[in-house]
Formats: sequence, C-alpha cells, structure tokens
Amino acid sequence: MEAKQGQVNQKFKTRIQRWFASSWSALLVPLLAVLTAFVVGGIVIAMAGGNPFSAYLGLLEGAFGSTKSLSETTVWATPYIFAGLAVALAFKGGLFNIGAEGQLALGAVASAWVGYALPGLLGINLPTIFLLPLTVLAGVIAGGIWGAIPGWLKARTGGHEVINTIMMNYIALNMVSYLLNGPMKDPNPLNVIARTPEIAESARFTPIFSGYRMHWGFILAILIAILVWFLLWKTTLGFEIRTAGANPDAGKYAGVNVGRTIVLSMTLSGMLAGMAGAIEVTALNYRHELGFSIGYGFDAIAIALLAKSHPLGVILSAILFGAMRNGGTRMQFLTQIPVDVISVIQALILLFVAADAIVRFIFRIKAREERVVLTRGWGG
Amino acid sequence: MDIRRFLFITLIIIILIGVVVLVGSSQVSPATIIVSMLATTVAVATPLTLGALSGVFCERSGVVNIGIEGMMLASAFFGWFAAIYLNTILGFQPLPSLLTGVVVAIITGGLLGLLHAWLSITFKVDQIIGGTVINLLAVGISGFLNRQLFFEKGSIFGGQVPHAPGVLPRIQIPLISDIPVIGKIFEQQPIAISAIVLVIIAHVVLFYTRWGLRTRAVGEHPRAADTVGINVYKMRYWNVIIGGMIAGLAGAYFTLESVPSFEPLMTNGRGFISLAAMIFGNWSPFGAWAAALVFGAAQALQINLQFFRTLIPPQWAFLQQSSIVGLVPYILTMLILTGIIGRTTPPKADGIPYEK
Repeated sequence: MEAKQGQVNQKFKTRIQRWFASSWSALLVPLLAVLTAFVVGGIVIAMAGGNPFSAYLGLLEGAFGSTKSLSETTVWATPYIFAGLAVALAFKGGLFNIGAEGQLALGAVASAWVGYALPGLLGINLPTIFLLPLTVLAGVIAGGIWGAIPGWLKARTGGHEVINTIMMNYIALNMVSYLLNGPMKDPNPLNVIARTPEIAESARFTPIFSGYRMHWGFILAILIAILVWFLLWKTTLGFEIRTAGANPDAGKYAGVNVGRTIVLSMTLSGMLAGMAGAIEVTALNYRHELGFSIGYGFDAIAIALLAKSHPLGVILSAILFGAMRNGGTRMQFLTQIPVDVISVIQALILLFVAADAIVRFIFRIKAREERVVLTRGWGG
Repeated sequence: MDIRRFLFITLIIIILIGVVVLVGSSQVSPATIIVSMLATTVAVATPLTLGALSGVFCERSGVVNIGIEGMMLASAFFGWFAAIYLNTILGFQPLPSLLTGVVVAIITGGLLGLLHAWLSITFKVDQIIGGTVINLLAVGISGFLNRQLFFEKGSIFGGQVPHAPGVLPRIQIPLISDIPVIGKIFEQQPIAISAIVLVIIAHVVLFYTRWGLRTRAVGEHPRAADTVGINVYKMRYWNVIIGGMIAGLAGAYFTLESVPSFEPLMTNGRGFISLAAMIFGNWSPFGAWAAALVFGAAQALQINLQFFRTLIPPQWAFLQQSSIVGLVPYILTMLILTGIIGRTTPPKADGIPYEK
C-alpha cells in the first residue's frame, strides 16, 4: 500500500518536473530574445548619443516604480492583451491578421456611438446592466465584421488576407477620420479635436480603485485569454481551427470545412480586436478620439509572435509591451531619449523571436523542431 | 497581359480621368485636364511601379517580400537625412546632395534586402514574418532617428529641422519632349523616368538573359535548378538584394522627388499596394507597371479634385471628402485580389524556403 503511494507520488513528481522543464524550455528562447533585443537596442541608443543604462533605468522606473506606474502598465497592457489574442487566434488558424488596427478602431467607434447615441435614440435611460454590455457588444460586432470580410474573401476567392487586412485598415482609418470629423464629432462648441461625445454614465465600467486608472478591462482581458485558451484546446471548434491552420489538406480529409473555419477564425479574431477598442471606450476614455490607437495592430503582431501564439503567453508579452510603452514616457522625460526607441526594441524582439536560430546560435541552445507555417505563397 | 485585364485597366483609368473632366470642364479645357491627369498619374505611380518591380524580382526567385513598405520608409528617411546632411553641414550644392541622397536610399534598401534574404533564405524564417520584422524595424528606426537627430536639443542640427535642399528637378528627354502631348506627360522628374526605364530593363533581364532564366528557374522549381548546377541560395540572395535596392529607389521618391520633407509613416501603405499591383500584373514588369498606373490614376483623382473643390456640384458633395475619395485605391486593391478580373499565377516556389 505504502509502496503504491510512493509510486503515485513519484509519478506525480516526474509529471511536475516535466511540466516545468517543458515550460522552461518554451520560455527560454523568448526570454533570451527579449534580452538580446535590449542589448542591441542599447547599442542603438548609445550610437544615437544617449546613455543606454540611464535610459533602461528610467524605463524600469516608469513601468514598475510605483503603484501608480504599475496601474498605468496594466492600462497599456489591456488593449494589447485583446489585440494580441486576436492575432494569436488567427495565427493558430494559419491566418495572418494584420488588420487588428482597423478592427480595433472601428470597434471603438461603434462602441462610442452606441454609448452616447443609443440612450437618446430610445428616449430612455437604460440601466448599466443593459447599456454597458450592449456598448461593448457593438464594438465586438463591428470588429468581427471587419475581420470576417477578409476571411470570407480568402475562403471564397483566395485573395490573400495579408494584403486585404491591410487595405481594410486603411479603409477603416479613413472612415473613422471621416466620422470623427463629421457626423460623429463632439458638438460641444469648445471642441476642436476629432472625437466623439462622451458616452452615457450607464455605459461605463466603474474604476477598480479610486485615484488609479487601472480598470476592469484588465481583469476581463485575462478572463478572455483563458477563454480563448479553452476554446482552442478544449473544444471541437478550436480543434478545427488548429487543424485548418496546421495542415489544411489533412483538415479536409478529417472532415473539417476549411473555408468555414477560415471565416470563423477571422471573425473571432476581429471580435477580439474590436473588444480591445470597446474596452478602451467603456472603461478608460469614455469616448473615441482620432489617432489614439495608431500602432496597436502592429504591436499586437509582435506580442502574439513573442507569445508563440499561446493565449496565456499573450498575457505575459502584452504586460511586457505595456510596461515598455508606459515606461517609455518616463524614460523620455528623464533622459531625453525619444520614446520611439521603444518601437526599435520591439522590432528587435520580434526579429530575434522570429529568427530564433540567431538566439540559439548566440546562446548555444539546441533546436526544438517546431516551425510555424503561415505562408504558402499567395495561394493563387 | 491578357486582354481582359488590359481592358479593365484602361476602363478604370478613363473613368477616373472622366470624373475630373466632368467636374472641372467648366473652368479648364478637357484636353488640359486629361494631360495633367495623365502626367500626375505617371508621377504618383512611380513608387508603386518601383515597389511592384521590387516584388517581381524577389518573388520570381521564390521569396515573398511584404517588407517593401518598410524598405521604402527607411530608405526615404536615410536618403533624406543624407541629402540634408551634405547640404547643410558639409555645404554641398543642392543637386549633388540630392543625388547622393538617392544613392544612400538605394543602399539602405539593398541592406534591408540583405536582411530579408538572410532571414528568409539562411534562417528559413517564415517570409511573411521576416517582412513584418522589416516593416516594424523601419517604422521604429525612422521614427526614432527622425526625432533624435532633428528635434532633440543638442542634435547635430541643433534641435530644429534645417532647410531641405529642395527636390530633384524635372528633366526633358531630348526627342520625347518635342512630341506634343506625350512630351508633356513624360516631362517628369528623374526617379519617375528611371522607373519606366527600369520596367523595360527588368523585362529584358527577366525574359531574355541567362540571369533571368536562372532567377525564374529557382522561383519555379529550385530542386531542378539545383540539380543542373544553379546556386539556388545565391540567386535568391541577389534577387532579394536587387529588389531591396529598387524599393530603396522608391523610398527616395517620397523625400527627394515628391516633397522635400520626411514624416513618420509617410509611405502610407504604398508598399502593400505595390504588391497588389505585382499580383495583378502577373509577376511581369509591364503588367506591374500597368497595374501601378491604375493606382496612380486613383491617387491623381484625389489630388486633382482638390484643385476643383469649389466646382464640385452639391449632389456630389462626397467627392469633397478626401477621406472618402482616398478609399478608391484601397478598394481597387481588394477588388483586384478577388480575381474577378482574371486570376494570375504566382511562381510555383514562391514563399517556400529551399532545403538542400
């Protein structure tokens, strides 16, 4: 009896050990990639005439130095988690969604519109329990539609989603610019900025702690990340998405409707990006302003790649990116090094994550055979 | 180029010019408008033509390059920086400064091409990700250096943007400029002219030389090319580098020929539209040029409508919104990619890393 107990314990122990070993080796290369990027970024800073050490100290202080800066880091990380999940989910389905930027912007506009105009249109004061979900849903749906169009075009005509999502970005940004300067512009006579009016009180998330900007969206983002993980690995739909992504031909033989799965993946991806916009409006800004979301879509790609498209990894890499964006302002204030250097470091992170052979070469790590296949040419 | 796509291109260009003629004919004669629209079309199609040519070289050898946008942006910055540096700090005349700027832009593009080749051929990184890395890197580097070198206190220009040495002058080509209408249309600046010349050169190189045959061989069937002794990696490396250099020339267009300034993100998706032009042009230089002209015409529409803003009739008020007219190139791109105007076939090994 006791021997058996020991055996079970032993088994359990090895399982834990194996789990740690596998997580460690999965984390090792991305961590080293981040490290290498910071080193190379430091060289760039030095070459441009700055002191990389004081720059990085400023970055750290700005990102984690106080409860206030910690709260700000979560504020930055929140849309990154949603948008990163959007790109990661599409990656799992073998699709490259460069359109998170446009999906996010349209989601924000749709949310803002429902939030400020719907109560007036209906002529009643909707309680929070109705209006807030409706407002968020509007953004999610708008993003979903914007993602579904390139998905449908890909499934139906073979038009490559990389170019189509980029074109949809430009179309969305032009539309948003038109709306915020015209029909949806804040009518307040003192307002000169291209922005919508404020959304109704009952369309807002309440703050978690008073005096801090950290909001419920961050908690929601983490819950959604877990949900996406569950969807991808514990449901049939997730299995179909991953099969269609890993090997569409095998998927076809296994009875997966690849065309339908492509449209679904892109719709879900767009919905997640739209949610990023909706949460920014309902939980943080209470309106949408032109130009606030520029660059989120491309950052999201780097976040998803750094996380190797794992939803839980997305949380970590989004917090890293949020910390860098947040700390960057402090760094610029302290050292006069432009905050744009953050984009350089992020691009370098992406470079070393994508070309992990470089990192493996520098640090002499043996390769694990796993290659993400995203492109098979233009698909005709 | 098959007849269907040729007709489509002609039709779209006629419609786009027709709109401007309809709007502006009460003040300016149709002939003048048509000539000016065509001249603008040729000029603004330049970066698209060059971008598409860059894509043709890369993809004919089997490497997908979505980093063209970033290559253009980085080259636009470094070319502009070199020209200003030579002009204001070293005291060179404007023209030699600008021409050196063009060379620096081409070198920048070539180096980024080398990076893309290194990532996608040597490391076999997914080529779309490799291209994305280049795009992000270009945005970061050009944005960072632009702020650091021009706007920070204690920078080499003392914290304010120095006077730019202007743009490259128009040139008159001896025989062509004497032809009445054609002469006016092709009285362009040097990069626009060289884009057209490069289309012809690229066509000859790709289809009538040994180099071109080998390039196409490694893009269609690298294994077969390898067995007859063609160095697949070397051919791909060189073609991606050449593609990068052409994208660099396209970048020079933005800051040294079009406007004498640099703005972050100023390429505005032109690199991606070039790829659509390349696909629609069936990976051939002349096809790519024709497709680039369609996008050029769409942009010329936007530019010329600005002149006739006040003449736009009230029922067409939406034409006054530049953010709505500006949608035309993007919607055209998507329409073209659906393949309703005829499908094209990419090189067979496009996007697939070659494993020996």
